[in-house]
Parts: sequence; C-alpha cells; structure tokens
Amino acid sequence: MSTGAATATPAAAKKAKKPPSDRTRAENRLGLKLVAPAVIMMLLVTAYPMGRALYLSLFKYRLSAPDDREFVGLNNYLTVLTDSLWWTDVFNTVVIMVVTVAFELVIGFAFAMVMHRVIFARGLIRTSILIPYGIITVVSAFAWQFAFSLNNGFVNGWLPFIADDFNWFGDKWPAMIAIMVSEIWKTTPFMALLLLAGLAQVSEDTVEAAKVDGATWWQRLWKVIIPNMKAAIMVAVLFRALDAYRIFDNIFVMTRGAQDTESVSFLTYRQIIEQFELGMGSALSVLLFFSVLLIAWLLVKMFKVDLASARGEG
Amino acid sequence: MKSKLGPSTVIGMIAILVWCLLPVVWIMMLSFKPEAETAAGSPQFLPKEWSLENYQSVLQDELFQRALINSFGISLIATVLSVMIATLTAYAIARLEFKGKRIVLSIALAIAMFPVVSLVGPLFDMWRTLGLYDTWPGLIIPYMSFTLPLAIWTLTAFFREIPWEMEQAAQVDGATSWQAFRKVIVPLAAPGVFTAAILTFFFAWNDFVFGISLTSTTAARPVPAALAFFVGPDQFNPPTSTLSAAAVVVTVPIIIIVLLFQRKIVAGLTSGAVKG
Repeated sequence: MSTGAATATPAAAKKAKKPPSDRTRAENRLGLKLVAPAVIMMLLVTAYPMGRALYLSLFKYRLSAPDDREFVGLNNYLTVLTDSLWWTDVFNTVVIMVVTVAFELVIGFAFAMVMHRVIFARGLIRTSILIPYGIITVVSAFAWQFAFSLNNGFVNGWLPFIADDFNWFGDKWPAMIAIMVSEIWKTTPFMALLLLAGLAQVSEDTVEAAKVDGATWWQRLWKVIIPNMKAAIMVAVLFRALDAYRIFDNIFVMTRGAQDTESVSFLTYRQIIEQFELGMGSALSVLLFFSVLLIAWLLVKMFKVDLASARGEG
Repeated sequence: MKSKLGPSTVIGMIAILVWCLLPVVWIMMLSFKPEAETAAGSPQFLPKEWSLENYQSVLQDELFQRALINSFGISLIATVLSVMIATLTAYAIARLEFKGKRIVLSIALAIAMFPVVSLVGPLFDMWRTLGLYDTWPGLIIPYMSFTLPLAIWTLTAFFREIPWEMEQAAQVDGATSWQAFRKVIVPLAAPGVFTAAILTFFFAWNDFVFGISLTSTTAARPVPAALAFFVGPDQFNPPTSTLSAAAVVVTVPIIIIVLLFQRKIVAGLTSGAVKG
C-alpha cells in the first residue's frame, strides 16, 4: 500500500536502463525461477478451474445423472439472466456491498482518527481492534445471530424503539440488517487499519499550517486530510467492496438465504452443492466472476487509481 | 494534533473498545449459560447461573475434536508451504530486476479479489475425479493459492526495507556468505516472514467456503464448517450455549496470537494491505 511507495529501490530502476548483459540475463532467469512456483500454484487453482467452469457452463449437467450430460450452448446463461431470482440476488448483494462499505468507511475513518491520536494504551486499542479482524466469520455470524435472536438475544431489550418480541429473522429487511451488522462489525477494523496507514502519510505540518491560517476542524478534515489520503481510501474501498460482493459465510449461518436474503455467492453454492446442477452452477460461477470483474473495473475507472502505483509496486 | 488527549479521543477509545469487545463478551456470556437456560430463552446479557457444562460437552465431542485437529493441521501446513513459496517470490520482486514482475503482481492482485465461490463447482468436480475430495491436501492446495497474494505482498514490503548491503559488509568483515546470510539477513527478514505466516494462518483458519464444499466427513472438515453444521435438526433452534462454547474455544487461539503479536500484525496488514 501507500506506505511502501517511498521504498521502491531507485538502484533497481537505474539497472533496468542498461543494455542486456549476461548478468541481467542471469538475473532475469533467476527471477523467473523464483516466482514460478507461486505463479503456477495460483493459476492451477484459479485459471484452470475457471476455464473448466466456462466449458461446463455450456452443458446441461447434473452430478446425480452424469451420463445425461448434454450440450446446450448458452441456454444456461439465458435461463439465469431471465430468472428473477438471479436479479433479486444481485440486488441483495449490491445493497449489502454499498451499505456495508459506506458504514465501514465512516466508522473506520472515525476509528482511524482516534487511533492516530492515542498515545497511551496503544497496545490495548490495537489488540482489541484486531479481534474482530481475526475472529472466524462464522463465529461472528453466530454471535450476531444470537444477539438478534428472539429468545436469547439482547438486542431487542437494549434498543428503545423495538418491541421485545420483534423477530429480526422473520422478514427480509430486518434479516438483511442483521446480516449487514455482522459484516460491518467484523470488517470495520480492517478498514480502520488501512485508513490509519493513510492518515500517517498526511504531513502534520500541512495540517498545522492550515490550523494557523484559521481553518476550522471540519475544513482541515475535508480540504487537507482527506485529499491527502485519497489513494489509501480508494484502495480500502476497492478491496472491501469486492470482498463484500462475495459475501457468503454470514448469510449461510444467519439465514441460509431464507426471507429472500440470498446473495449471488450463496445462489451459486446452492446450485452446485445442494442441487448438484453443475452445468447451471458453472454458468452462475462464470457470471459471478464477471460481475466481480465488472465492479473492479468500474471502481478503478471511477477513482482513476493506478492500483500498482498506489501499492508502491511500480 | 497528536499530543493532546481531549475528551473526544477518550470517548472514541471507549467506543472502539465497546465495538470490538461487546460481541465477544456476549458470546462468552452465552457459553456460560446452562443449556436449559438458553433453551427456555434467556435474553438477558449475563447468565442467571454460571456453568461450565457447555465446555465439558464441547471438548468431549469427538466431531469437534476432529475438526480442531483438521483445522490446526491443514492451516499450519498451508501456512508453512505458502510462506516458503512466497518468500522466494517476494525476494525476487524486492531484489531482482526481471521481466514479468508486473504480471506476477497483477496475477496476485487478481487472485486476491477472486470470488472463491465460483471455484466451488469446478474444484468439487476435479477433486472428486482426482481423489482429493474430503482430504487434507484437497483443502491445503486452495488455501495455499489464496493466501499466496497476501503473503507475497507482506513479504515484498518487508524485504524492501531490509538493508541488503549489510550482507556484503559482513562478508568484507570476514564472514562467510553462509554466516552473512544466517547472522545478518535471517534476523532481519524473520519478523516479516513471521508476520506473513500469522496473516496466512488467520486466512486459512477462517475459511468457510472451501471447508464446507470440498469436505463431507470428519476426515478433513475444518472448524468453521463443523460449527455451521453443528446446528442440529432444527436450524432455527440451534443449541445456542453449546455452540457458543465451541465458538469461544476456536476464538481463544486467535485472541492469544493477537495479544502476543499485535504490533507485527498491524505492520503486516498495513504494508501488505490486503485481506485474502
């Protein structure tokens, strides 16, 4: 991330300009040899299976009746894209993505500001902020499911305008809120840490100078601090948005997709593992993959962030 | 801005502590409630009666023991292998000049954003053909692939900070290359490698998607999947307090790791800046 930006070795850049000598060629070969295992490992489990999903998505293929496999062209895609269930799930997933990332950004930024100022008890704050990050998502989903539960939850008793017998999992939107709360709780600390790193890059002198010039706290925040950590904010949003779009664990534990709370990932899982519809499931996999690609592309275009340079990998 | 400790900062600190710890304390309290109490419904925060019976039944549960062993074994092996491979890659990226460096980093970036569920179908099919379904390697392989980006970034960021000239300096002072490597470079690189290992372990320990779809029995089913299927016949009335005790048991290792290494983890997260 941006913390690494200043550390790119200038010596390495100088070396690259020279015409290829034996030494640079040898270095080239060694470099490729060293990265080969990682590249092979990463592609083996993603590129090849994704290609296979692309192929299988053209078939009518049920695992319970593998001999009846039949080529159907793009029919699976047609079926999915004309089914309202797919669009409901896309809508749910996008709502979860937008709402959670918005909340995480605001709360995470507030947390980052606090952590930036804290001088004593740093270890305590750091330890507690890492607990939601490190905890298993399934455990966090259970904790919140129990917290919102009708019989055993404390939430109804604590919230003033909610009846004690309100069933959060009885209707779509309350259930979605419960899911989003668990997601926001678990991932805000990660957002806060990324923003804290960005905050550390904003020069104290500039902020101090703005203060001397009479800028209010609010003006300093919007005119000095935020513009100076834009890259960090963008990277955090991009990563969290794509992560939120893949939401699966919380939904599996909290509702199992009941009350129309299914996400795209959950639909794909259900088709393949529960319905054994490998052909249709593969079409869903491919669509899921491309929707993530689309979101990534849109965000990068929108923010005009060169991710590589923002991460200091230029 | 940094030096003052105003009331807003103190309120902020309390807010952070409550935010982070409330659900954890909540599930601990639930785990101390006797099963009968939660079955009857007990919406109050503290247990009426404190009991350890849930922990006894969870720790004696054979399925849960197997899941713990699976999770520890699979996550540890995946972590060691992933960090070893990532160390080679990160060294090459941080130290060497070669064509294709950007491609490697782009692949890693793409994998970090990959929607894992879209692999469930093809992997499920492939693993059954290859005999990897419901085995340790069947989970270790995907965990390695998906933790590599995280490990590579963290390590590259750390390796860029290492003053590599010190290796030559030590050799000039009469150390052999092995001594220079072992006495100078290893101590400098070790914290980065260790941090990458912690983050990798967290990822593998947390995985749920592969855990439920590529396993079917206790032969390889890891903890998160075992917890989710622990729900029992009636999914809307799960054995709340027993489940909570199990949740606390699997959270304890995380809390211990965080307590011991919080500084390193934060440094690793903000330099690698990616969550699998």
